[in-house]
Amino acid sequence: MKIAVCLKRVPDTTAKIVIAADRKSIVEPGVKFVPNPYDEFALEAALQLKEKAGAGETVVYSVGTDVAQETLRVALAMGIDRAVLLQATVGADGLEVARVLADELAAGGFDLILFGKMAVDDYNHQVGTMVAELMGLPCITAVAQMTLTDGRIEAEREIEGGVEVSECRLPAVLTCDKGLNEPRLPSLKGIMAAKKKPLELKPVTLGPGTLEVEALELPAERLPGKIVGEGAGAVPMLIQLLRTEAKVL
Amino acid sequence: MTSVLAVLEQRDGALRKVSHEMLAAARQIADAAGGSVDALLLADGPVQGADDLGAFGADRVLTATHPGFRLYNPDGYAATVASLAPRYGVVIMAGTAAGRDLAPRVAARLGVGCATEVTALAMEGGALVATRPVYAGKVLQRVRLTGTPALASLRTNTFPATPGAGRAGAPEAVGVPAFEQRVTVRAIKKPTAAMLDVTEAAVVISGGRGLKEPANFKLLEELAAAFGNAAVGASRAVVDAGWRAHGEQVGQTGKTVSPALYIAVGISGAVQHLAGMRTAKTIVAINRDKDAPIFKVADYGVVGDLFEILPALTAAVAKVRSES
Repeated sequence: MKIAVCLKRVPDTTAKIVIAADRKSIVEPGVKFVPNPYDEFALEAALQLKEKAGAGETVVYSVGTDVAQETLRVALAMGIDRAVLLQATVGADGLEVARVLADELAAGGFDLILFGKMAVDDYNHQVGTMVAELMGLPCITAVAQMTLTDGRIEAEREIEGGVEVSECRLPAVLTCDKGLNEPRLPSLKGIMAAKKKPLELKPVTLGPGTLEVEALELPAERLPGKIVGEGAGAVPMLIQLLRTEAKVL
Repeated sequence: MTSVLAVLEQRDGALRKVSHEMLAAARQIADAAGGSVDALLLADGPVQGADDLGAFGADRVLTATHPGFRLYNPDGYAATVASLAPRYGVVIMAGTAAGRDLAPRVAARLGVGCATEVTALAMEGGALVATRPVYAGKVLQRVRLTGTPALASLRTNTFPATPGAGRAGAPEAVGVPAFEQRVTVRAIKKPTAAMLDVTEAAVVISGGRGLKEPANFKLLEELAAAFGNAAVGASRAVVDAGWRAHGEQVGQTGKTVSPALYIAVGISGAVQHLAGMRTAKTIVAINRDKDAPIFKVADYGVVGDLFEILPALTAAVAKVRSES
């Protein structure tokens, strides 16, 4: 079983985000960066599949600047065998990221390529699926349950009002959702071992793409609300406000 | 002149509500650009509601019918949309489970980028400019789409349907190109409680730790039933504790919702929860702690014991609904 996981370095979900002077990027110093939470489900899935198979290799990839090395080391500390950083500055167009990943992964001979279903910074939900399309591989997105039997994957993903069951054959690309597993924390031993694992740096060039960031803006602040009252006695007033002021009832 | 293709959604032969939202957005763009709107339906037979699409903004209704389209068909849908898309300036898809899967497939096949999870669209200087929340809604990103066609997928519950004068005639059949079936969708397993999805419901009632134990979510379900058009959501804390399914989680690592009314019950209002619901039109918070951060974003707050407030609210909502 040879498995690739593609990982993105993102700001911690609790980080305060400040728009930079260029109005097109965010201020990075002072922000804690972590592996994208959905990518952690992909890392854990890769580790479990390799453990179950009893043999194979797991490789983690990221596209980004040199600071992403620390994020790749987290994956190595979890137990991934080796890492590759495709060095580039990433723009807004996910297709350009998908192109360099697809080029790199094509030569890897992977049975399975795993992504998180989305990154919590840009909310794109697209790079994993695009990589599959560019490579001509089957792809199931937002997988919350999966079984692998004789080279065939059966996966479940949540859709509006139900669960969709689909299947495909290996090699394949899956994007992972919460519910698939409980990602392990790196152990101290893992962290020590990660320092000695291979982390390859490869410069790549991204195309300009067809999405241009015009500006980042802060959303409109919500108008200050009011405390209607205390306890069940406030319910008639609340109902009246919902009917006459908010007009939602 | 920019013509717009809206890729609509149906399930079990009936149009989904998001289809009308997409037509509203498509109409807005087509009117701004002096173009027309084609609505595309992919199905295995006739779709209920297809004849009314003109009244929601379609100039033409196209139907791609294939026996393999009984359920969502990633490869077949992508091949069909990619074959039609080059005739249009703008292609609009949905930010649903199917649309999120489809949009990047179409983008990769056409070799153009795609703006996903879009909450506003405008034509500026002849190009489509999309606004989309990033960093969990802490920031809005405005992106200009320079590819042809411009591809965008829209966040659900964001573009209100705009019924208007009918324009479209009878649906016209379009061909489904040959495609390689790499993924097969076998079935949809229905959840035991057939409730609305939090991303699509007009009213979302979410519970947190303040509910004290899983069984008490019954109080939220009763309030949801009183509204009739409501879904029950949950905070990350109670989902992580295993009280509720993760499909109900609202927040940065869950779902982003924009209902007309959001009621947060026993939820303190952590940053990552606020990220998922701050775009609700009206927010009500019910919490014992008057200093809880949720009250800072709530339009209306009620301080006190939720076990006392909820039954009173449910009875009052039921009364209003029965009178209207």
